[in-house]
Amino acid sequence: MEIRKNSGVLKWALIGISAVFLTVMLILPLIYVMYTAFEEGIGVFLAAVTDEYALKAIGLTVRVTVLTVIINTVFGIFASWCITRFSFPGKKVISALIDLPLTVSPIIAGLIYVLTFGRQSILYPYLQGAGIKIIFAVPGIVLATIFVTFPFISREIIPVLNAQGTDEEEAAALMGAGGFTIFRRITLPHIKWALLYGIVLCTARAMGEFGAVSVLSGHLRGKTNTMPLYIELLYQGYDFTGAFAVSAILVLMAVVILVLRSVLEYKGAKSGEQAHK
Amino acid sequence: MGERRKKKKRVIPGFGLSIGITVTMLGLIVVIPLCSLILFSAQLSLPGFIETVTRPRVLSSYLVSFQTALAAAVVDAVMGLIIAWVLVRYDFPGKAVMNGIIELPFALPTAVAGIALTHLTTTNGWVGGFFDRMFGIRIAYTRLGITVALIFIGIPFVVRSVCPVLEKIDLQYEEAANILGANSRQTLFRVILPEITPALLAGFTMSFARGLGEYGSVVFIAGNMPYETEIAPLMIMSELQEFDYASATSIALVMLLTAFVILLANAAIQSRNSKIVSGIS
Repeated sequence: MEIRKNSGVLKWALIGISAVFLTVMLILPLIYVMYTAFEEGIGVFLAAVTDEYALKAIGLTVRVTVLTVIINTVFGIFASWCITRFSFPGKKVISALIDLPLTVSPIIAGLIYVLTFGRQSILYPYLQGAGIKIIFAVPGIVLATIFVTFPFISREIIPVLNAQGTDEEEAAALMGAGGFTIFRRITLPHIKWALLYGIVLCTARAMGEFGAVSVLSGHLRGKTNTMPLYIELLYQGYDFTGAFAVSAILVLMAVVILVLRSVLEYKGAKSGEQAHK
Repeated sequence: MGERRKKKKRVIPGFGLSIGITVTMLGLIVVIPLCSLILFSAQLSLPGFIETVTRPRVLSSYLVSFQTALAAAVVDAVMGLIIAWVLVRYDFPGKAVMNGIIELPFALPTAVAGIALTHLTTTNGWVGGFFDRMFGIRIAYTRLGITVALIFIGIPFVVRSVCPVLEKIDLQYEEAANILGANSRQTLFRVILPEITPALLAGFTMSFARGLGEYGSVVFIAGNMPYETEIAPLMIMSELQEFDYASATSIALVMLLTAFVILLANAAIQSRNSKIVSGIS
C-alpha cells in the first residue's frame, strides 16, 4: 500500500516518462507519415496511390493477405484442436515446430524457400517440367507470408482451449453430436474472440511482411511487388511523397487493426469473465 | 491414467482429420524447407563455411547486429517495465490510448516504420535535427539509428510479457511487506521485482532475438556502410542477390544457431517460472 500512498510524484513521473517515450517512438512516426503524404496536397496523394503500379501493388498485397489469412485460419483451428483435445506422441515436437517461424529471421525464412524451390534444389527439375514457378513469383510470396505468420492464430486459440478443458465437448460427443456440430456449437463460441484476434494479428503481419517477401519476390514492378516492396522502390528512387502516400494507406490499416484489437481484447476478457462465473 | 486417456481419444471426434491437416501443413510450410536448408548445409565444405563466416565484413556485421539488438533489448526491458507498471497500476486520462498504441509495432509494416523513423532522425528531421543541434548526436545512418529502429520493434514484446504477471501479483504481498516494516524501495526490489523477473527476461530475450533477425525497419535507417552499419541479415540478402547460396546459408546458419540458443534460454526460464508458479498454487 505504501507504494501507492507515497507515490503521487513518482506516479506522474512514470506516466510522463512512458507518455514521452511512446509519443516519440510510436506516435510521431505515424504523424510524420500522414504529414508527408499530404504535404503537397490531396491531389498529389491521390495521384501517387492511383498510379498504375501502386494499384497493382495494393491488389497483390490484398490477394496475398487474404490467401494467407484463410490458409492460416484453417490450419490454426485444426492444429489447436489436435494439440489441446488429444494426447499423442510427438505433441511437444509439433508445438515447437509450429512456433519455430517466430524465431527465424524473415531473411532466413526467404532463404530456406529459395533453397527448397530454387535452381540448386532437387525439386527444381520437376517444377520446371511442370511449368510451375515459385521463386521470384507470386506463389513464393504467398508461401513466405504463410511461413512468417504460421503460428499467429493457433497461439491465440490454444491458451483459451486449454483453459476451457474438454468436459463440454466430451459430454456433447457422448450425447451423439458429430465433430462439426461440437465445434460449431460448443468450441467456436468459446474461442470466437481469440480466433478473431489471431486473424487480426495475422492480417497485420501478412500485409506488412517485408524481409521474407523481399528475398522471394524478384521485384518485378506490377507483377511481384507488394505494397511494402513498392514503398521501398519509391523510396530508393527518392520519390518520398509517393513512398509516404502508399505508406499512409498501411498506417490507416494499422490504426484500424489497433482499434479492432482493443475491441476484441475487451470482448474476450468479458466473455472470459462470464465463463468463470 | 493410461486407460482414461485412451477413452478421451475416442470420445471427441476429429483426431485423424485434425492431425492429418496439421502434420501435412507443418510438413509443407516448415519441415520441408528446413530439411532443404539442412541438406544444402550438408553439402557445404567446412573450410568454405569457416572462411565465409570469418570474413572481416561478416564478423563485423554479426557484431553490429549483436550490439544494437542487445542495446535495444536493454532499453526495451527498462521502458517496457515502466510502461507495464504504469498501465497495470495507475489510472490516468489517456490510458486506453496508451494501452492500444503499445502494439503498434506489431500492426505497422516494418518498412513503413523504417522510412518514417529514418526521415524523423536524419539531421534535417524533426527529432534528428533537435539531437544534432543540441548534443551533436547523429541518429540516422549510424548504429544508434539501428538501435532506435530495434527499440521500436521490440517494445511490445516486453510490455505484453510483463503486464499479465504484474496483474496477477496480489496487493496483499505488498501490504504484508509494508506491515513487516519494509519501505517502498525494499518492497519493489525484494517483493515485486523477483516476481516479475522471469517474465521480464522472457520479454527481453524475445525482443533481443527479434532484433537480431530484423531487416525491414533497419535497412532504411542503417545506411548500410560496410564494417559500420551493416547488419547480418543484410549480409545474407546481398549474398542472395549475387546468387551465392553457399555463403548466404553459412551466414544464416550462425544466425539460426544464435537464435536457437536464445530460444532455449527463454524456454528454460519459462519452464522454471511455471514450476515456481505451480509450486505456490
